[in-house]
Amino acid sequence: MSAAAPAPTMTRPIRVVVAKAGLDGHDRGAKVVARALRDAGMEVIYTGVHQTPEQVVETALQEDADAVGLSLLSGAHNYILPRIAELMRQKKMDDVLLFGGGIIPEDDIPGLAKVGVERVFLPGASLEEIVAYVRAAVAKRRGTT
Amino acid sequence: MARETRRRPNAKSSSKREWTSETYAPAVERVPERQAKHETLSWEEIAPLYTTEDLPGFDYAERLGYPGEFPFTRGVQPSLYRGRLWTMRQFAGFGAPEDSNARFHYLLSQGVTGLSVAFDMPCLMGRDPDDPLSRGEVGREGVSMASLADMEVLFDRIPLDEVTTSMTINGPAAIVWALYLANAEKRGIALDRLGGTIQNDALKEYIAQREWIVPERAAMKLVVDTFEFGSRQVPKWNTISVSGYHIREAGASATQELAFTLLDGLEYVKWGVARGLDVNEFVPRISFFFDVHNDFFEEVAKFRAARRIWAREIERRYHPTNERALMLRTHAQTAGVSLTAQQPYNNVVRVTLQALAAVLGGTQSLHTNSLDETYALPTKEAVTLALRTQQIIAHESGVTDTVDPLGGSYYVEHLTDVMERAFDAYRAKVESFGGMVEAVERGFPQREITESSFRFQREVDAGERVVVGINKFAIDEEAPIPLLRIDPEVEKRQIARVQKVRADRDPARWTAAMNALRDAAKRDQNLMPHFLEGARCYATVGEMTGVLKEVYGVYRDPGYF
Repeated sequence: MSAAAPAPTMTRPIRVVVAKAGLDGHDRGAKVVARALRDAGMEVIYTGVHQTPEQVVETALQEDADAVGLSLLSGAHNYILPRIAELMRQKKMDDVLLFGGGIIPEDDIPGLAKVGVERVFLPGASLEEIVAYVRAAVAKRRGTT
Repeated sequence: MARETRRRPNAKSSSKREWTSETYAPAVERVPERQAKHETLSWEEIAPLYTTEDLPGFDYAERLGYPGEFPFTRGVQPSLYRGRLWTMRQFAGFGAPEDSNARFHYLLSQGVTGLSVAFDMPCLMGRDPDDPLSRGEVGREGVSMASLADMEVLFDRIPLDEVTTSMTINGPAAIVWALYLANAEKRGIALDRLGGTIQNDALKEYIAQREWIVPERAAMKLVVDTFEFGSRQVPKWNTISVSGYHIREAGASATQELAFTLLDGLEYVKWGVARGLDVNEFVPRISFFFDVHNDFFEEVAKFRAARRIWAREIERRYHPTNERALMLRTHAQTAGVSLTAQQPYNNVVRVTLQALAAVLGGTQSLHTNSLDETYALPTKEAVTLALRTQQIIAHESGVTDTVDPLGGSYYVEHLTDVMERAFDAYRAKVESFGGMVEAVERGFPQREITESSFRFQREVDAGERVVVGINKFAIDEEAPIPLLRIDPEVEKRQIARVQKVRADRDPARWTAAMNALRDAAKRDQNLMPHFLEGARCYATVGEMTGVLKEVYGVYRDPGYF
């Protein structure tokens, strides 16, 4: 937490950056999830499409985000997600949750988990499930920091 | 024992209202309706029954007309599928051009009657394989395409003057089309013998598909350049495929898809006319592309309404002497967004129903999705089954034997009217902005679509919309299906190829071509001849797009949600 920010309390709303990285333009899922998180009382920053991993991490840093959610449907997840995780480590954003969703083969999920992508939502996941997960995962992180 | 529930065994209702109160209401009291409300996928209320009373003042000639005649509700061809079946056009492309060329030859050997190229994300975004933003995406969602060298390989041993080719390319459409034309030239095939389509629908990129390169108005200029060049030099080419598909897949309802697509089409015509083009020449080369989703009758009605609205709007605005300017010809694709990763074989059934709706709607061309497309690009086996689905509908079901078999159905005609009224409402709204370009600049269609997609997802989550295998009839354990994997070496090979192309070409000719392109862009001249010269001297898609961005600037996503 930066020194200038007001003292964090348990009531500070969860801030989530919902991002689309790479050239992938499929943004229906990202926008629906962004809406659902906002309706659930979170502060949501949606990046728009075609962000570089560097831009996503910069946005998360500037917005003092609790969580970063990536939506990937282009098949580039094995490059983009590890790259974002790496940049987040470099920026010492260890307290920020990184999760993803989209068209990602199940076989790729263990590899992504290893580099720090805590959870991957696959097609068919409900909005309720995603909202509940973000709430619980952020609470857990806040509790331990 | 005699039952007394039927008060008057031989009663005959004299009106729908009477039937509803006397016969239907008591029946529903005994066996309640399954759902609290019945609505189409576009949230249009559905009555339990439709009769002549739902079509007051129905005038056959005015509402339907005969097939091949104004207002073309029943079809643009008099004989429809009795004459020629729709074009079975499977969208394909993956990996390096060699991989896709092999798939094209396979598809042609299996009976497809037209080719349809899927390009990879770097190409769609006007970037070369060695562009930093292309990392991890080369050849993944389509075929890698950077220069004439790739085009030569992609169409190797394919008779360009016999097969028509559709290319799904938008932002850099004019550039990629130039690569195709340059390849034909090199093989000695005259441009006026080429048939095919470039999607080239800039507006829907900002609305839904998000593969733009330059801002809206510059993109419109490029589209009109292709209209002008095409109608003079490549007269058998459809220079645009105005697409509802991506609008629908992004979450629009059927009514929104219909309205925004036709309004986009009308905007292109307006811009073409403003350039001084003759509607009788360029409007007949405008084609359309619609989604076919799950709601069977609504989808059939959408196609019928689209033809009627287009004919009326073009007639009302421009009074063309060439009747073909009034005819809405369309490609259709089954709804990728309706497919499920869970129980993927169920997708075959969804695709069959959707394909049938497109055929009963009178489509000119059709792509059927493969069962594995929620995971990846389709395997050869999956795409064969998708093609067989069309062939079974065409040759075994009998639905092709008469024209517009659902015409005259009270329900279908009612829905067709509902679609038309929905269009009128959106038309008025869009006109209040000044037109579709202005509406898009203000984010109007974008927001409407986001609202619908959110509403739909909420209904699925609440169980109000049943998705078989997701929120009903789900199973826990599922056996994996075979998937197409893209060789990661493709990216390295394509990077090496584009770098070799740059090293081997004539640098003086390339420099002259790029300078001429830049000058023409600054002077607002037609850029097609310059893209063609660029293509001939192996300028790359990324290089030519770079010049456009330099002159026109880039578009950034406002991120509406």
